[in-house]
Amino acid sequence: MPMPYYVSPEQVMQDKAEYAKKGIAKGRSSIAMEYADGILLTADNPSASLHKVSEIYDCIAFAGAGKYSEFENLRKAGIRHADLKGFMYSREDVTGRSLANGYSQSLGTIFSQELKPLEVEILVVQVGVNGQPNEMYRISFDGSIIDERNFAVIGGKSDAVQTVLKEKSSGQAPSLETALSRCVSALEQTANFKLPPEGLEVAVLERHRVGRKFRRLPVADIRLLLSV
Amino acid sequence: MKLPYLPNHDESSFFDFVSTHHPGLTPGGHGVVPADRWAQPESARSGGPMAVPHATTVLAIKYQQGVVIAGDRRATEGFQIADRRIEKVFKIDEFSAMAIAGAAGPCIEMARLFQTELEHYEKLEGMQLSCEGKANKLGQMVKANLPMVFHGLVVMPLYVGYDLKRAEGRIFKYDLAGGRYEESDYHAIGSGGKDARNTMREYFQKNLSEPDALKLALTALYNAADDDVGTGGPDLVRGIYPTAKFVTAQGIADVADDRIRSVYDSMIAVRRSRET
Repeated sequence: MPMPYYVSPEQVMQDKAEYAKKGIAKGRSSIAMEYADGILLTADNPSASLHKVSEIYDCIAFAGAGKYSEFENLRKAGIRHADLKGFMYSREDVTGRSLANGYSQSLGTIFSQELKPLEVEILVVQVGVNGQPNEMYRISFDGSIIDERNFAVIGGKSDAVQTVLKEKSSGQAPSLETALSRCVSALEQTANFKLPPEGLEVAVLERHRVGRKFRRLPVADIRLLLSV
Repeated sequence: MKLPYLPNHDESSFFDFVSTHHPGLTPGGHGVVPADRWAQPESARSGGPMAVPHATTVLAIKYQQGVVIAGDRRATEGFQIADRRIEKVFKIDEFSAMAIAGAAGPCIEMARLFQTELEHYEKLEGMQLSCEGKANKLGQMVKANLPMVFHGLVVMPLYVGYDLKRAEGRIFKYDLAGGRYEESDYHAIGSGGKDARNTMREYFQKNLSEPDALKLALTALYNAADDDVGTGGPDLVRGIYPTAKFVTAQGIADVADDRIRSVYDSMIAVRRSRET
């Protein structure tokens, strides 16, 4: 009688994690950074129409790295989650924490139960209003969730970018200009080439905006901010 | 692939999403009691209007820069006044507004659903629907409400939008079956709609200025309130006035209460002088 083929669970998980990490490592990085008036999202993205950064709700934004089709699917599900909650209850009841939990549950379940894990890493950030602090959650392919402070990095060279940013960061929340130039130079250092403003995708969650606080910065604005 | 713990749906419409996965949340309420088992209140069985608050006259007029949309503040429940301060004109997104007549609860719910619908589409697709696309979507929502009409819960919207491609304001009216018709100059709906239309027919001109368009809208509402019990005129004692919004290329702007009040003050002064 043939013995059933046995692979230890450790081995399975390790293989899956390796597979997912490999997929993510191919992509470019994105950064979320707290600045004086909100949160800045910067992505190294040469495409002007395939977004890596997007609006989820009034105070909540999303950034994805890895396989586009997979994080796009997560982004859409997140918008559905937020809009449904906002419609069922009220706009102020939509929170980044609940969304990040949903993502974590979903990614964790897929990682352990499906043959192929999702090759993605995502960020859920929420700008704090009325004296509340900002919230930034980094969620990995296996559903592990990390609550970040000051800045959060996802994508291919996230560790390297993180090291560069850590060196530069000071205790105070920087101005928008400083935050953007820090992010861009960190991305450039790790990518080893100059990033033109056209190759950047930049958006902000502005604390003092009324209603929906997410705003994409057009190329002209990015150029202006970087020239200061 | 399907994502566990998160809502899955294939299309970009929020309305389709909630009707499929959370039918109880839509105004059409696919989970409603069949008509014969519906415990109808006395008034409804005797053929009178059902005892829920009804919102009444709303109107829209095109002018030089776009469209002005306005509505009175009264909600009635049979022969009683249910609410003196109800809002019937809703901002839907940056370039469109909708006003409602019919059963107040489902009307407000539909406005809220429509707001979410447009925002949802914009976020998922990364761009706004066209003005025509928004008007069509609203038509589908009115159509979905048809089963409720047989229970007496009529929702009748008047939709105005600024069409950025055509660079003009547009007005759309609907019928109960979701039919969508574009109006070229002005329109009014609700119990006092006919009276308001009569006034607008008399004084409407193409390319009105902003103050003239506002004055015409407020006069039409005043005359409707004069002839229709369901429509509320300006309440001078409590300081409640109709509400209005301008929909232009610059977006939506609320007309300040003071401005509406001053229009009414001068209008009432003229009318009073005629009586003496």
